[in-house]
Amino acid sequence: MNIQLTVNGKVQEKDVDPRLLLVHFIRDDLGLTGTKIGCDTSQCGACVVSMDGKTVKSCTCLAVQANGSEITTIEGVSNNGELDPVQEAFWNNHGLQCGYCTSGMIITTMELLKKNANPSDDEIRDGLKGNICRCTGYQNIVKSIQAAAEVMRS
Amino acid sequence: MTTRIFGSGIRRREDPRLITGGATYTDDVQLPGMLYAAILRSPHAHAKINSVDTSAAAAAPGVVAIYTGADTDGVLNPIPCAWVPPGADLVAVAHPSIAKDVARYQGDAVAVVVAEDRYQAEDALELINVDYSPLPAVTNPEAAMQPGAPQLHEDAPNNQAFHWVAEGGDTDVAFEAADVIVKDKIIQQRLIPNAMEPRSAVASWTRATGELTLWSTSQNPHICRFLASLVTGIGEHKIRVIATEVGGGFGSKIPMYADEMIASFCSMQLGLPVKWTATRSEGFLSTIHGRDHVEYVEMAATREGKITAIRTKIYAGMGAYLSTAGPGVPTILHGLIYSGAYDIGATKADVYGVFSNTTPVDAYRGAGRPEATFLVERLVDLLAVELGIDPVELRRKNLIPKFEDGHDVASGITYDSGDYEPLLNMVLGQADYQALRQEQTRLQESGHYMGIGVTCYAEICGLGPSQVAGAVGFGGGLWESAIVRFHPTGKVNVYSGISPHGQGEETTFAQIISDELGVDVDDVSIVHGDTSNTPMGWGTYGSRTTAVGAAAMVLAARKIKEKARLLAAHLLEAAEADVEYVDGHFTVKGSPDQTKSIQELATMANVAWNLPEGMEPGLEASAFYDPPNFVYPFGTHLAVVDVDADNGHIVIRRYIAGDDCGPQINPMIVEGQVHGGVVQGIGQALWEGAVYNDDGQLITGSMVDYALPRAHLLPNMEVLSTETPSPHNPLGVKGIGETGAIASTVTVYNAVIDALRPLGITSLEMPLTPEKVWRAIRQQQGS
Ligand code: FES
Ligand code: FES
Repeated sequence: MNIQLTVNGKVQEKDVDPRLLLVHFIRDDLGLTGTKIGCDTSQCGACVVSMDGKTVKSCTCLAVQANGSEITTIEGVSNNGELDPVQEAFWNNHGLQCGYCTSGMIITTMELLKKNANPSDDEIRDGLKGNICRCTGYQNIVKSIQAAAEVMRS
Repeated sequence: MTTRIFGSGIRRREDPRLITGGATYTDDVQLPGMLYAAILRSPHAHAKINSVDTSAAAAAPGVVAIYTGADTDGVLNPIPCAWVPPGADLVAVAHPSIAKDVARYQGDAVAVVVAEDRYQAEDALELINVDYSPLPAVTNPEAAMQPGAPQLHEDAPNNQAFHWVAEGGDTDVAFEAADVIVKDKIIQQRLIPNAMEPRSAVASWTRATGELTLWSTSQNPHICRFLASLVTGIGEHKIRVIATEVGGGFGSKIPMYADEMIASFCSMQLGLPVKWTATRSEGFLSTIHGRDHVEYVEMAATREGKITAIRTKIYAGMGAYLSTAGPGVPTILHGLIYSGAYDIGATKADVYGVFSNTTPVDAYRGAGRPEATFLVERLVDLLAVELGIDPVELRRKNLIPKFEDGHDVASGITYDSGDYEPLLNMVLGQADYQALRQEQTRLQESGHYMGIGVTCYAEICGLGPSQVAGAVGFGGGLWESAIVRFHPTGKVNVYSGISPHGQGEETTFAQIISDELGVDVDDVSIVHGDTSNTPMGWGTYGSRTTAVGAAAMVLAARKIKEKARLLAAHLLEAAEADVEYVDGHFTVKGSPDQTKSIQELATMANVAWNLPEGMEPGLEASAFYDPPNFVYPFGTHLAVVDVDADNGHIVIRRYIAGDDCGPQINPMIVEGQVHGGVVQGIGQALWEGAVYNDDGQLITGSMVDYALPRAHLLPNMEVLSTETPSPHNPLGVKGIGETGAIASTVTVYNAVIDALRPLGITSLEMPLTPEKVWRAIRQQQGS
């Protein structure tokens, strides 16, 4: 099937197998390997991308379902090499260790803060229910998100 | 350069590539002409393989080749076990990469399909027709040793893989003389490590040169190369292993797995690169599991509360085959550390390693030491109740007093340095322990159940002296080496055989070298992970990377400084004795403008226009470091929990971790390691546990069924520390990667039991799920 979509501001037109998962389309067809695969049951959030402004688990969506959409992956988050405040906050606050969950965490955070510019720790933790990190114990992720929120509010 | 960067929490240099999606993990590697492998795994825990019919699959679209055990048999050597504790009658059963006659656990590889893409490979798996005759299975290690249990290997009667006993002091005498004895049966449930990056391998065989390049999700690429050479028969000099970015390991990426060798085999057959990446569910079955002990434990003490002995009998599940380091975990890394933080006259571990129809078991964060710490601390709590002594006071009474250079414990090992009580006091102060106890009493009167758990631990890590490695049957050395090289512009590369995968050592090691050489931290880069450009090293596990790997770098840097001093004296036309080194500069005593920076000297050494007579060009050095002893971090952890008696729900109200890992290179990173370790340990206490049914089917085979810690279930932890240097390594550093998981499981467990004790509950099996707690409470109320 032929699909057309915009990924990180670039229009992509491809002929894809109807069963192709969006995450494989992004990783294998477009070569954007910053989006990760951590599970096969929609549990971990490593594959989260932003589709039309909403976070989507790209392992749980077919490429054809993304037809006509606008997608941002981790590669599209920073602006001409300039880090987004969320990325900067994860860096400053040791919000990552192995980095495998990080793309998903960052994209999830961006939506979380869009919806709630001044979240409590509990609200942040609640917002991370769909993202698993095995390294950090989440504490510095929460701290990073608080720090990003503060920067973005000012 | 006047300030030391050692000790400062600078942000990590690893992060820019990780937060922008720019890092390359193994599954991100793309090679021209690359094919994809998918592995067919036995759905049975135990079955005779009568035949494998691949004809339909071979005809499926995109399929390039299919191989079975008949193809790999005799071509790939068995997957080796590399840790054979001596005197334990260990039966090294053959572990074929692909099972040919018998499948021995659900997940055992039976065939491999190579196709043009992942989807085609997966599709074809379904077309392979295997005729199995299912056999009875056994999954519990204690049950597997009983008469009549299904037998896994002909050469291992009663499924006994080994029997290892370590006794120090005379436990029989101590138990006979004891005023009090407390006992328990502990189930250290089987855990599934679940690093977030699934295992993956890309194998690329170059026929013309006979060279194999293997990208592998490994914590120890040099060991991987060493073992790959044994399995494939290709010389080590013709194998290159690359552990590019690795997404967490926690021990699960130490072993040599069949899968990497299968991918290599496929590439060698086809002459094309082959990628294999586990799906998560596949990882649940085929990546090692951890723990899996059935333990009978007891402690002897005097009426006054002096602990005199600990004795155990342990059935340690090994899974269907012996994984690379599997046998070392419940023995050396477990049975020698029963003294924990206490002065105990006699300890004895009596450990049976047992085969069962389950995924092989190997090192998982803490590896043996969480199990040891658990049983010691559980027994101390039982003893406190028995004697009516406050559990903290009982601990304090038995703590090993401060020592700076060596303390022998009963098992025969020598702790390096320790000062346990200040950290205990610090944690109690932070918690306001007395107030918590008062609150507990108050709450209990109103029917609220709060509990406090306190753990004192000492652990063994920084593996370790190679001579000891040899003596305890480890199939390799445990030293590290490093090459430190100044380039002509004065920039520095450090090449090391260690292989960090989330621990941030590109940053911390640059901090160390920056200080040692007096160059800016940004002028130093650490190179690791590729056997073709790093010196031999044994890898990252056992909290050894800094204590051993960084020590080697420091020694190399110090050699460089000696050479630079000679060159400086020559160029400054001064006597060597008159040249002083301060912060990266060599200066003639009393003449501050007669000076050369080490980076200038690097340039001069590299161009070699004017060297002292006989001096070789270049400014680099290599060094090997074989530690004289292990290191022994220690600490006190405290948890406060609230248990809702109506629904069994447990909330961790506070968690305080006090750890001493010696001087901290980067406190921010140390804290991160503590957080992660503590949460994995909490996972074991409250949520995680592999469950097999009677047929040996893994019931918890996905992230839906296996409960990993999630953000909303966890508290913010409070992290404290003291810094007691190790006397025997050049930096005084110990290790911090495992302490969290070593201490937190029992801390939370003891806190929950402390909360439930007024309800008559004194023991529960982990994980302490709400349902289990609720049922226990109902049962008590009913009785
Ligand atoms: S890979 Fe999409 S949720 Fe895990
Ligand atoms: S940083 Fe490793 S999984 Fe989150």
